[in-house]
Amino acid sequence: MAEDILHEVTSADYKYGFTTDIETDIIPIGLSEDVVRIISAKKNEPEWMLEYRLKAYRHWTTMTMPDWAHLNVPPINYQSISYYAAPKTNGPKSLDEVDPELLKTFNKLGIPLEEQMALSGIAVDAVMDSVSVKTTFKEVLAEKGIIFCSFSEAVEHHPDLIQKYMASVVPVSDNFYAALNSAVFSDGSFVYIPKGVRCPMELSTYFRINASNTGQFERTLIVADEDSYVSYLEGCTAPTRDENQLHAAIVEIIVMKNAEVKYSTVQNWYPGDKNGKGGVYNFVTKRGICKGENSKLSWTQVETGSAITWKYPSCILQGDNSSAEFYSVAVTNHHQQADTGTKMIHLGRNTRSHILSKGISAGVSNNSYRGLVRVGAKAENARNFSQCDSLLLGDKCGAHTFPYMEVNNETAIVEHEATTSKISEDQIFYCNQRGISTEDAVGLIVNGYAKEVLNKLPMEFAVEAQKLLAITLEGSVG
Amino acid sequence: MLQIKDLHANINGKEILKGLNLTVRPGEIHAIMGPNGAGKSTLSSVLTGNPVFDVTHGEVTFLGKNLLELAPEERANEGIFLSFQYPVEIPGVSMVNFMRTAINEQRKYRNLPPVSATDFLRLMREKKELVEMDNKLANRSVNEGFSGGEKKRNEIFQMAMLEPRLSILDETDSGLDIDALRIVANGVNKLKSPENASIIITHYQRLLEYIVPDFVHVLYDGRIVKSGDKTLALELENKGYDWIKQEVEGK
Repeated sequence: MAEDILHEVTSADYKYGFTTDIETDIIPIGLSEDVVRIISAKKNEPEWMLEYRLKAYRHWTTMTMPDWAHLNVPPINYQSISYYAAPKTNGPKSLDEVDPELLKTFNKLGIPLEEQMALSGIAVDAVMDSVSVKTTFKEVLAEKGIIFCSFSEAVEHHPDLIQKYMASVVPVSDNFYAALNSAVFSDGSFVYIPKGVRCPMELSTYFRINASNTGQFERTLIVADEDSYVSYLEGCTAPTRDENQLHAAIVEIIVMKNAEVKYSTVQNWYPGDKNGKGGVYNFVTKRGICKGENSKLSWTQVETGSAITWKYPSCILQGDNSSAEFYSVAVTNHHQQADTGTKMIHLGRNTRSHILSKGISAGVSNNSYRGLVRVGAKAENARNFSQCDSLLLGDKCGAHTFPYMEVNNETAIVEHEATTSKISEDQIFYCNQRGISTEDAVGLIVNGYAKEVLNKLPMEFAVEAQKLLAITLEGSVG
Repeated sequence: MLQIKDLHANINGKEILKGLNLTVRPGEIHAIMGPNGAGKSTLSSVLTGNPVFDVTHGEVTFLGKNLLELAPEERANEGIFLSFQYPVEIPGVSMVNFMRTAINEQRKYRNLPPVSATDFLRLMREKKELVEMDNKLANRSVNEGFSGGEKKRNEIFQMAMLEPRLSILDETDSGLDIDALRIVANGVNKLKSPENASIIITHYQRLLEYIVPDFVHVLYDGRIVKSGDKTLALELENKGYDWIKQEVEGK
C-alpha cells in the first residue's frame, strides 16, 4: 500500500527539460593538448593561463577516476565529449545584443535578466554551456568596488587577483575532476568584495547546459576581503537528453579576517528519466578557506537533480576563531545516486564547525552522506557538531552515512548524531483525513523534515527549493 | 446523513466488522460503546478510509454519496472528521501551515478560493479560545512533543477549524484528566448544530455526562447488538458488558 503511494508521488516530469535552438560554436569531441590550446585561444587567454591549463591537463592524464564513493559510475569516455560549446555571439555588451532565443531560455528558467532584477535585488551572472552570457548590475556593484563578472573577463581585467587566488584552495592535482576542470574550464563567475564592504544584494549565477554531447566545466572564485560580507546563490538546470552529460565544476572561496561568505546552491540538473536513462553526472569540487581570524563560511545546498552527484563542499578553518557551516538537503528519486557531504578541516584555535545533513531517498535511488571532520594538532578547543538524518520513502531505496573523524588535539569536542526514519503510513493517513492528498502530504512532511536547512536559504530561493522538493518526489509514495 | 448497511471489514484477512448497521441523521449524537476488541476503532477507520482495512461487504452512504468509493481525503473534504485515538506527530510541519493546507484543500474541493491570511489567523484565534489551547501549541509542529491531553485537545481544535458535517471521536476521553475532559466536551458541545452529527466512541460513561447522546449503541463482536437512549450507558457502567455477551450468545 505504501508502495503505491510512493509510486504515485515520484513520477513527475522534469520541467526544465527543453532545449534552445540557438547557433552554437562547438569544437569537435575529444581531449588533447591541442584541444586545451584551442579552448585557451578561443578565449584569448594570456600565456600564464594556457600554461596553467596545460599543467593541469598533463597531471590529469596521470590520474584515474576516483572509485571510493558509494556510487555506481558507468565508464565515461572522455574522448567522446566536446569540451567547448558557446552560443554564437561575441561578448554581448548590452541586452539588445543578446540572442533573443537565449533570453527566452533564461526567462523560461525564471531568470529575468532585465531590470526587473532591480526589484528583487539580485545580481545575476548567467552561464549557458561554456560562456557567460550577461552579468547584470555590474555598474551598481562597481560603485562599491565589488567585482562580479564572468571568469573570462576577470582573467582579462583582473589577472593579478586571478593569479593570486585561483587554485589556492583547490590545486590542479587535487583530484581527477578538479584536474580535468582546470585543464578545460570554460567560464564561470568571479567575485571580489573589497575590505569593509557589505555586498548590498545577493549575487547569483545560473548555469545551464544546452548543447548536446558537451560537458560543462565552470569555475567560480569568490574572494571576500577583510571585514566584508557577501551572500552568493547558484542555480543550475539542463535539458532532457537521453545521453549522459558531464558537469565537473570547481568553486573556490577565500574568506579573510572578520569576513563572512554565505554560499547557497539549488542544484537541479536533469536527473535522467524514471528508468535511469540520461541525466547529468555532477562531479564537483567545492572548497573554501577561512583564512583570517573570525572569518565565517557557510554552505547551504539543496540537491535535487543529477543522475549522479559527487560533491563535498568543504572548509579549511585556518584562522583562529573562524567558523564554518554546512547545511544540506539531498533528494534522490528513481535511479539517482548521490554521494555528498563535507569536509571540515580545523587548523586554527577555537574553530567551530556545524554540519547538518538531511538525506531523502525514494524510488530505487541511493543517497549517501560522507563527511570528514579533521582536527589538527594545533587546533586548540576546536568544536564540531554533526547531525546526519536520513528519510526513506519506500523500501527499495538506500540511505548511507559515512562519517570520518580524525582528531589530533585532546581539547577538541567532536559530536556526531545520525537518525534514519521513514514517512509512516500513519502520518500520510492523518494528513489524508484532514483533506490533504497523499502527494501534498509527502511534500508537507518532506519540507517539514528539511525545514532547518531550507530556513538557511535566502527567501526567494527557499520558496523555489520547497517546490522543487515536492516536484522531485512527485509519484514517490503510494 | 450516514447509512451503514451490513458492513463487513477485514484486517490482514481477519474479519473484524461482521455485518454492522447504523443510521445517523443530522443533529444527532450517537455513542458507540463496547468491550475491547469489539471493532469500535475499526469502524472509525473504515468510515474514514484507512487503507489498512479491507471492506469485504456492505454499503455506506454519506449525504447521498457512496462513501466507500471515495479516497480518504475526499471523505474528509465531504465533511467527515476523525478525532484520532492516537494522533501522530509530524516533525517540522507547523500547526499553522498544516491547518492552512487542510483548510485550503477543503476550499478547493468546494470550489472556493484560498482563505486570506487575515481571515485564517482570525479563525485560528477564535477556535483556539474554544478549546482553551495555548498559543505556543499552535506555533509548534503538529503534535510534536505534545502531552496526551494536548494531542486530544489539538484534535478538537482541528475539528473546530474544519467544521465537519460528521465528527467521529475515537476514544477522545482516554488519557484525559477531568479538566481536559471538560474542555474537550465543551468544544464538542459548542460545535453542535442541527445540521451536524457526531459519533462518539468510548469505553466509559464518563464522557457522556458532558456530551449527552441521543442514542447509545453497544458494539460487540463486529455488530451492533443493542441500542438505546442515554440510560443504556449508565446501565453498562453499572453492570459491565458480561450480560450483553450472555444475551448475544444465548440467542
